[in-house]
Amino acid sequence: MIEREVIIKNRSGLHTRPAATLVKTAAKFACEFYIVKDDMEINGKSIIGVMTLAAEQGSRLLLKFDGQDETEAAATIVQLFENGFDE
Amino acid sequence: MMESAPLKKQEIILKGIPASPGIAIGSAFLFIKDIPQIEKRTVEENDLPQEHERLDRAIQKSVKELQKIIIFAQEKVGEAKAKILDAQIMMLEDPILLEAFHKRIRDERLNAEFIVSDEISKYSHMMLRAPDEYMHERAHDVDDLKNRIVRNLLQEKLVSKLEGTVIVIAHTLTPADTMILSRNHVLGYATDIGGITSHAALFSRSLKIPAVVGLGDISREAVSGDLMILDGHSGTIVISPTQERIAEYERRRQNFLQFERELEGLRGLPAVSTDKHKVELSANIELAEELEYVVLQGSQGVGLFRTESLLIGRDDFPSEEEQYKEYKRIAARIYPKRVIMRTYDIGGDKIASETAEEQNPFLGWRGVRVCFDHPGFFLNQLRAMLRASTRKNLAIMFPMVSTIQEVWRAKEFVSKAKQDLRERKVRFDEKIPIGVMIEVPAAALSAEMIAKEVDFLSIGSNDLIQYLLAVDRGNSLVSSLYREFEPSVLATIRSVITAGHKAGKWVGICGEMAGHPLATALLVGLGMDELSVVPVVLPEIKKIIRSLSFETMQEVAHTALSLPTSDEVEKYLRAFMRKEFPEIPIEDED
Repeated sequence: MIEREVIIKNRSGLHTRPAATLVKTAAKFACEFYIVKDDMEINGKSIIGVMTLAAEQGSRLLLKFDGQDETEAAATIVQLFENGFDE
Repeated sequence: MMESAPLKKQEIILKGIPASPGIAIGSAFLFIKDIPQIEKRTVEENDLPQEHERLDRAIQKSVKELQKIIIFAQEKVGEAKAKILDAQIMMLEDPILLEAFHKRIRDERLNAEFIVSDEISKYSHMMLRAPDEYMHERAHDVDDLKNRIVRNLLQEKLVSKLEGTVIVIAHTLTPADTMILSRNHVLGYATDIGGITSHAALFSRSLKIPAVVGLGDISREAVSGDLMILDGHSGTIVISPTQERIAEYERRRQNFLQFERELEGLRGLPAVSTDKHKVELSANIELAEELEYVVLQGSQGVGLFRTESLLIGRDDFPSEEEQYKEYKRIAARIYPKRVIMRTYDIGGDKIASETAEEQNPFLGWRGVRVCFDHPGFFLNQLRAMLRASTRKNLAIMFPMVSTIQEVWRAKEFVSKAKQDLRERKVRFDEKIPIGVMIEVPAAALSAEMIAKEVDFLSIGSNDLIQYLLAVDRGNSLVSSLYREFEPSVLATIRSVITAGHKAGKWVGICGEMAGHPLATALLVGLGMDELSVVPVVLPEIKKIIRSLSFETMQEVAHTALSLPTSDEVEKYLRAFMRKEFPEIPIEDED
């Protein structure tokens, strides 16, 4: 299992569009992907879950990847956060 | 056998917020979206495949319904606003959520309705715990979705067709509901919650359907089929009215219709005094959808288009292209009349979440101050406006300007946007008129210098009065000190008009005061060139202007400005209106 910490950089936080991008990207990988914010843990492949996080700009998230392609998944998804979802 | 006497229903009177004028008398239709009691049932092993199938069918049905609503919404309110509904489809197709439903049905052997409701409620409860408004709205979306699936599981129909002509009663109306119901003949809308600025309220005004919102619990007081009266002027609802009451309201309704018809006759006529002094009478709008109504009301143009509505209901910013399409649509519809578009007048919190809490948002990061700090965002809007200006009927106006430097800076942005378009070889109106809102006292005091730099000035009376009197209207401790007829306010308005005219520029007013019938003669008498008002009152204001001579209005202004207190000014104006226009209702203060 890989754990990575990220900070939301894009202006409006994990709103509908970035949430959709995140979920679609995660779906390409076989590994399990969970996001932890404060005391809430949700499945990162679920749009309703990601939207429930209410992650605003500046929030810290813990990403957990578990499975065969976890290394690649972690790199790709952390990159998304780094780029602020190209917003 | 004894027959019991028919139960006589008591008359019930409810008070709410008037959201759209007019009187409706008709039978109530209760638009209930609350889901019925969900039964928790154990499913036999043998029946499990059937339960899974039932769920799949309900989901498919829900997706189809939403797609239909989205298509209708795109037609009615445009693609950008229809996006509000996209998130719901995405959630319906969420593989994790769907898997969770099926897994729980299998493991817990419980019926689909119960599982769907229980599972989705977990999310909406979490969303409601978040502190911000945005998440609360999302929670309503999620609940709406839950109700949709459950309703389809129970094979209950989506209520979208209404029998006959009815007054629709609901706890609340979502944009989706308003859209679907508006395809029927609705006499009026009455809701438990909601404000005057909600989408439902805006639509009803545009569609000329009387509406009352914020009624508390009308959806519990009324039953479908109840006879009721809805008064969209005063915000009153009468359920099971007495015969006398019906007769009284029927008379009022006829009077209102008569007055409307009379005003309708003025539609094509200009706002000109009996001695030929002409005033530009235009409308304030928030949505392109209001244009039809504005044209119908006999407006001479749009004096204020609040572009912020493009940001409502979405969490990203519209692209230049998207804005261009919307602005173009408005400019084309109002052509050959003019539209004045105000650049985004938003608080800093709307654009960046890194801002610290502002102690005094009214004295904070707002209007052009925000736009200057986000040049990309600002230029996008300016380029979109310029591109929409090819018919030469569009003007740009800047909000919250305080100094001449800010005017220069805003103009530099316009030059930059023009330069970009020239490089892209895109056409626009090279001589597009530029104006500023006079709403900060500093700008009012520098109006003469500012006027030399722009094509017009438009007084934003709401903010100007608040800043001038140092009174926050929203603060109930001091809101009674907000008086639009305060002599200091009138003197400021007069000096702005004088300053504008000295520079050879026209001066308008686009705040609430412009649409206050008490203020019409006074403002025109002071020499105001343009009044931009809420569309509802437009015919009334036109009637006042057309019935008086400019000389009389100048006298009114002269007398009003000689009085020492706002009470005396108001008393004088009321007496004047009662004498000249006894048929125009003027609401009492407080």
